[in-house]
Amino acid sequence: MKAGVIVFPGSNCDHDVYHVFRHVLGQEVEFLWHQEEDLASCDLVVLPGGFSYGDYLRSGALAALSPVMAAVQRHAERGGLVLGICNGFQILLEAGLLPGALVPNRSLRFECRDVWLRVERTDLPFTSGYKDRDVVRIPVAHMDGNFQASASTLDDLEDSNQVVFRYVDESGAVSSAANPNGSARNIAGLTNAEGNVLGMMPHPERCVEELLGNTDGLALFSGLIRETVGILQQEVAS
Amino acid sequence: MRARVTVYPRPEILDPQGKAIHQALGRIGIEGVEKVRAGKSFEIDLSHQDPEEATKVLERICQKLLANTVVEDYEVELLPGGAG
Repeated sequence: MKAGVIVFPGSNCDHDVYHVFRHVLGQEVEFLWHQEEDLASCDLVVLPGGFSYGDYLRSGALAALSPVMAAVQRHAERGGLVLGICNGFQILLEAGLLPGALVPNRSLRFECRDVWLRVERTDLPFTSGYKDRDVVRIPVAHMDGNFQASASTLDDLEDSNQVVFRYVDESGAVSSAANPNGSARNIAGLTNAEGNVLGMMPHPERCVEELLGNTDGLALFSGLIRETVGILQQEVAS
Repeated sequence: MRARVTVYPRPEILDPQGKAIHQALGRIGIEGVEKVRAGKSFEIDLSHQDPEEATKVLERICQKLLANTVVEDYEVELLPGGAG
């Protein structure tokens, strides 16, 4: 299994994601510069958090047009796994790989704190390490995390079970108070119809080690690796 | 040919910047302001001379980059006497 972490000018969580794969989980991983036109045969591509292009125009808008994104698009169309975290989620939306948009937080403030998330489905490679309806504590750190889409798009997302993470309180209940940014229907993360592209605002890579006081994000990466290795073995066998 | 493109958040989308500016106007004692919407304005010089062709290019620019039509509306205006 080989993971690729894309580096845009202004990415700042790229090393955190690299650290999780290489040092915490012992996987092969490499950085992919935004001007690359191929993904160096990576099985999984991660678009990390940060402030690509200084958030000029709109968060993620300029990064979505960089050369590497054409390769990410092809990778996704082939069924390859793509994970976008925070600014990476914004880039996936701007690139049209996921539906909807992220607008400024309802609070008008940068929200930087732990939030509770409910895992809405566990049949995806990204969430196979969790149990159904698990409630996990993961930090958010963003200004533009308020997920919005038309009412019909939101209904479609719900009907086709594409909402993967929802902001909840500690008991797992959806409420406005538990929603850090005003996202429609408390949506914190969603997948495409095929289930191979995931975008999420919270940062699972920031909570993978006991030393830092929280390991709730680890199951996302360990489950993802287990599933990816499984998929690769099936491909070799067939 | 010179053009101006303005981009605004769609009416149904919360506009936190406009809201913050509105509140600030209240704090400095300016009365009678009912609503503020904050958008972006772009001045674009094109080598195209034909207004129809220029409008087509500008539409493409808006759709592809300047506006996120999920949450924003845009307007294109050709300016008289722009740099040729």
